Amino acid sequence: MTAEARQAVADVVETSYGRLVAYLAQDAGDLAAAEDALSDALVAALESWSTSGVPERPDSWVVTVARRNLVGSYRKSETARRAQPSLLVLADERVEQEMNSSPASGIPDRRLELLYVCAHPAIDAGIRAPLMLQAVLGLDAARIASAYVTSPTTMGQRLSRAKSKIRDARIPFEFPLAEELPRRTRNVLDAIYAAYGAGWDDPNGSDPKRSGLTGEAQRLVRLVIELEPRNAEARGLLALMLHLDARSQARRTADGRFVPLDEQDVDLWLRAPMIEAEHQLGRAQALGDIGPYQLQAAIQSVHNRRALTGSTDWASIAALYDGLVDLSPTVGALVARAAANVESAGATRALDLLDEIPERAVSAYQPYWVTRAHALKRAGRQTDAKAAAARAIGLTTDPAVRAHLVATYDVPSG
Amino acid sequence: MTTTTSQQGRETQHVQYMILAVETEEDFAKRDDPDASGEYWAAWSGYLAALAESGVMTSAGGLMPPSTSTTLRRRGDELVVEDGPYADSKEQLGGYFVIDVPDLDTALMWARRCPSADSASVEVRPLLPPPSA
Repeated sequence: MTAEARQAVADVVETSYGRLVAYLAQDAGDLAAAEDALSDALVAALESWSTSGVPERPDSWVVTVARRNLVGSYRKSETARRAQPSLLVLADERVEQEMNSSPASGIPDRRLELLYVCAHPAIDAGIRAPLMLQAVLGLDAARIASAYVTSPTTMGQRLSRAKSKIRDARIPFEFPLAEELPRRTRNVLDAIYAAYGAGWDDPNGSDPKRSGLTGEAQRLVRLVIELEPRNAEARGLLALMLHLDARSQARRTADGRFVPLDEQDVDLWLRAPMIEAEHQLGRAQALGDIGPYQLQAAIQSVHNRRALTGSTDWASIAALYDGLVDLSPTVGALVARAAANVESAGATRALDLLDEIPERAVSAYQPYWVTRAHALKRAGRQTDAKAAAARAIGLTTDPAVRAHLVATYDVPSG
Repeated sequence: MTTTTSQQGRETQHVQYMILAVETEEDFAKRDDPDASGEYWAAWSGYLAALAESGVMTSAGGLMPPSTSTTLRRRGDELVVEDGPYADSKEQLGGYFVIDVPDLDTALMWARRCPSADSASVEVRPLLPPPSA
């Protein structure tokens, strides 16, 4: 195996993996078979390119061999036996034709269709983002499993079950119909945001740190925007991620202590992501299709404006949360609205809002107990505040946040 | 195993898992260190409160440090009694929590919150189901 061949295969994987999987999967209607055929073709490429040199168009070489693999596995199935000779010829002809008709990269881009398949309503919501991460970005199951706090075996089984479902239920590799599009788009973006927040107590309300799959999630949403530039909510989601990323350096002191948002040093907030976020949000709002991600981005935008004005406009934040709750009354939004109201309307109003949330929705939801403790403390109810803080401490996964809560509330240890 | 009915009316089989909290020597030392014991115990009592008040916990127990342990083994006719835990390891069991949840992922969610995950480790293992009648 030559270094040149190895580098050429690595380049194909780096630049074209998702595009090749999407193209092959659409053709076969079978994601798992497409991934297998592509892996086999990449192995074949290593050997062949080592002896006969790297072809002029490596992508096309790989996709042609993968298509032969796909037709080969199709040929093995009983039902397809009669069609085989013509299928082989057709496969090669079609690759040839399509390569010629899409000059830019050689291979038609079906990644958006693949994203919509991964987030299809027939696929369990919890596995949609892992499917995207694997099929479109080529992440392995073990890496995804750690980010989702599950075992690699379990994640592998869930992924292959979902892929069987795509094949057996014949989920079409097509762009959704216009009347379905808003709901389907929401599914895609929700899955991407879930990947961004995987492994956190609260991706929605507070201030996620960068870790796990945030970078990969951002690549996915950028891909959606590239392929669907008029998708306002995708731009809203990117703006939201960028505004949160901007604060990533300010969330911890040099010695690792947690710094809550309102105590962060704005000089540590990164200007470049904030500027891009504002730009994306502006373009989103110009499209005139407001949605929950644009509202959440707008909320973070108001927070980050403290870098310019020196103060936080809590009334605007509370009003934006009212809008968000109208559009999408998630537990995260309800709790975050109450937290904003502590500042804008006072602790009593905030506690009323918290009491309206059904208890079973929040019994293990850390931000609820943090917000409750904060509101109770502000209302002068120290004993109740400590009890709520103890509950929050017990639900916290991040040791720095836990230490911060212990110090803030002087929680009794008995 | 117990059975609950979820909102959709689907029945979910619950499984009992034991969360085994393993701690380091430094963790055990914090219990009596005036500078560290406040935060140490606040973390554990918060964890216990969260488990109990969320209604998932069926039992729990904390252990005295490994220095208080005694281990015995019978080898043939000889009974050997030794000071200390069964394995000489830097990390030792410090306590356990038995929870009743629908699946491993929910159990892992609770395990992540366990304070000893930061310093040592947390093991999650299903309990054997009770023998059928």
